[in-house]
Amino acid sequence: MAEVSLRNVVKRFDDVDVVRNISLDIPDNEFVVLVGPSGCGKSTTLRMIAGLEEITAGDIYIGGEVVNDLPPKDRDIAMVFQNYALYPHMSVFENMSFGLKLRKFPKEEIRKRVDHAARILDITELLDRKPKALSGGQRQRVAMGRAIVRNPKVFLFDEPLSNLDAKLRVQMRTEIKRVHQMVKTTTVYVTHDQVEAMTLADRVVVMNGGVIEQIATPQDLYHHPKTRFVAGFIGSPAMNFLRCRLEQNGSGLRVRLSDAISLPVPASQSARFQALAGKELIFGLRPEHITEPRRNDRDKQCEFAATLDVVEPMGMETMVYFTVDGQEVCGRVDPDSATGPGEAMGLYADMDRMHLIDPQSGAVL
Amino acid sequence: MSTAAAVAARAPQSRGVRASLSRNRRWALITSYVFLVIFAIFFLIPPYYMVVTALKSDAEVAHMATNPWIVADGFTLDQFKILLTQTDFLIFFKNTIIVTVSVVAITMVVSVLAAFSLGRMKFWGSSILATGIFLTYLVPDTLLFIPLFQIVKAVGLLNSYWGMILVYPTLTVPFCTWIMIGYFQSIPKELDEAALIDGAGHMQMLTKIFIPVALPGIIAAMIFAFTVSWAAFVYPMAFLYSADQQVLTVGTVTSLIRGDVYKWGMLMAGALVAAAPPLVIYAFLMDYYIAGLTAGATKG
Repeated sequence: MAEVSLRNVVKRFDDVDVVRNISLDIPDNEFVVLVGPSGCGKSTTLRMIAGLEEITAGDIYIGGEVVNDLPPKDRDIAMVFQNYALYPHMSVFENMSFGLKLRKFPKEEIRKRVDHAARILDITELLDRKPKALSGGQRQRVAMGRAIVRNPKVFLFDEPLSNLDAKLRVQMRTEIKRVHQMVKTTTVYVTHDQVEAMTLADRVVVMNGGVIEQIATPQDLYHHPKTRFVAGFIGSPAMNFLRCRLEQNGSGLRVRLSDAISLPVPASQSARFQALAGKELIFGLRPEHITEPRRNDRDKQCEFAATLDVVEPMGMETMVYFTVDGQEVCGRVDPDSATGPGEAMGLYADMDRMHLIDPQSGAVL
Repeated sequence: MSTAAAVAARAPQSRGVRASLSRNRRWALITSYVFLVIFAIFFLIPPYYMVVTALKSDAEVAHMATNPWIVADGFTLDQFKILLTQTDFLIFFKNTIIVTVSVVAITMVVSVLAAFSLGRMKFWGSSILATGIFLTYLVPDTLLFIPLFQIVKAVGLLNSYWGMILVYPTLTVPFCTWIMIGYFQSIPKELDEAALIDGAGHMQMLTKIFIPVALPGIIAAMIFAFTVSWAAFVYPMAFLYSADQQVLTVGTVTSLIRGDVYKWGMLMAGALVAAAPPLVIYAFLMDYYIAGLTAGATKG
């Protein structure tokens, strides 16, 4: 049980800055997910917390103590690897007890802890098997078991579900969440999968190009992204980004997307954007906020027509793709209201959910 | 065309394809077996000749008119009896075992440690050192024995099998290290990281993780070291000259060939007995040997 802090941490490989000056505070028992595209520095950050990579500059604290120069074994952490990293010549029991044995725990204590962890993970019957006789999901459980028995200050997960098939991944995701709720321990979890990040995390840290783009709760991240990168990275399908011009319209503002389409900025947000009137900006709106027209007169202004290029039925909803001024836009509509490809469809933009982005800085305004 | 007609039209064609596939397979098998038989005969003739000659009496071996390929005058184990009782063969055998066991032990300790540090603990110059070690293996012992003579003499081990224990590792350590580097490198990096986090030091990582996981590679290296030191000829030829220090390879030849008198029967018997231990070891460990060599070859 401990809090983890990173202060101005830098990692340089040769001349490449992989992690550039990041700071992060993780309170006790929190589940934090580092998410970002490959090469964003998330795994390197995790490995620096683990002590598997030296840090070039900055400080890392675990439980209030600077651990910069401590070897991994003295940091009281446990790590779950992407490829499980189970010792192939040892049984499940031996794999789980290896760390305790090295730390000279008494035999009964080891037995007790392994049994306890095996019960939590439902792998009691597997204790005598070798890793090669286990399925991918079972191996992942054993890898988690190996972490749990140590009862460490911090759990570190390095893309633990990437090697599993889609169905198992969803199952193990729930499992990890359940285990965290049972074994309350500070957890840092690295993934490139934003769905994993959203579902597991107390707080999500979005990284890109070696810097932290935003730290927020999943809901906050989804509704209030701070940068264009975060807005585009979180959510699937990704948010639509369209060039636009903010126009003054009487006392209100309108977002002009093309000659034909101009949408009103909600009155509640007009004041905020007033200073930007006349500027070229980027308009961001998630596919789920482009829907079939609502039966509500107030929203009539937010309706527009588009000719659909592609229609993808998903069952509970249908994805429609069309272009606005040469840019592809995705909408998420009720299956009953979708027309066919090549046909016109009336659509509605939920302007309360719109984002305006500065094209130069990429900041959400 | 109706579906039924389409199926009917396609059927003979697919049967034809299947027939030609099985014909291809049959021809491939026949060709393989023909060559396998040729090679088997080719390789089995020398041992067969050895067995036949070892089981003959001296008189029959010397008699030029008899067929050398069969035992005509009755089997006899005299050659083996005389070899084991009236020559120094057993001394050679004992010396060879002492030398080989020591060399294998020294080689394994040195090359496992060297391979672990070179293959796993990246340090300045480690890759150059690894290449350098392999290059030393490329220098043949027929060149090395002259400078080595000076060294063996200087340390006072000339005409002592302990000198062999000193020089054989120059042949075995480089190759074994090289095999082991390849094998250790094929072990996923996460395994040592997991061990590090679990609290293992480098020595524990080596003994508890690397050696057990790389066992096939280690056994392959052991067999190699065993074969080299069991069959070494140039060094004992150059450095050993009294019978009580001699090893099997050179000892058998020098004691059983006197001038131009070749004791063929006993030579063959000696060769057979000398070949027995490697044969037994190969038979038991062959699977490991192959697994080890291929792992080193493809991933190293």
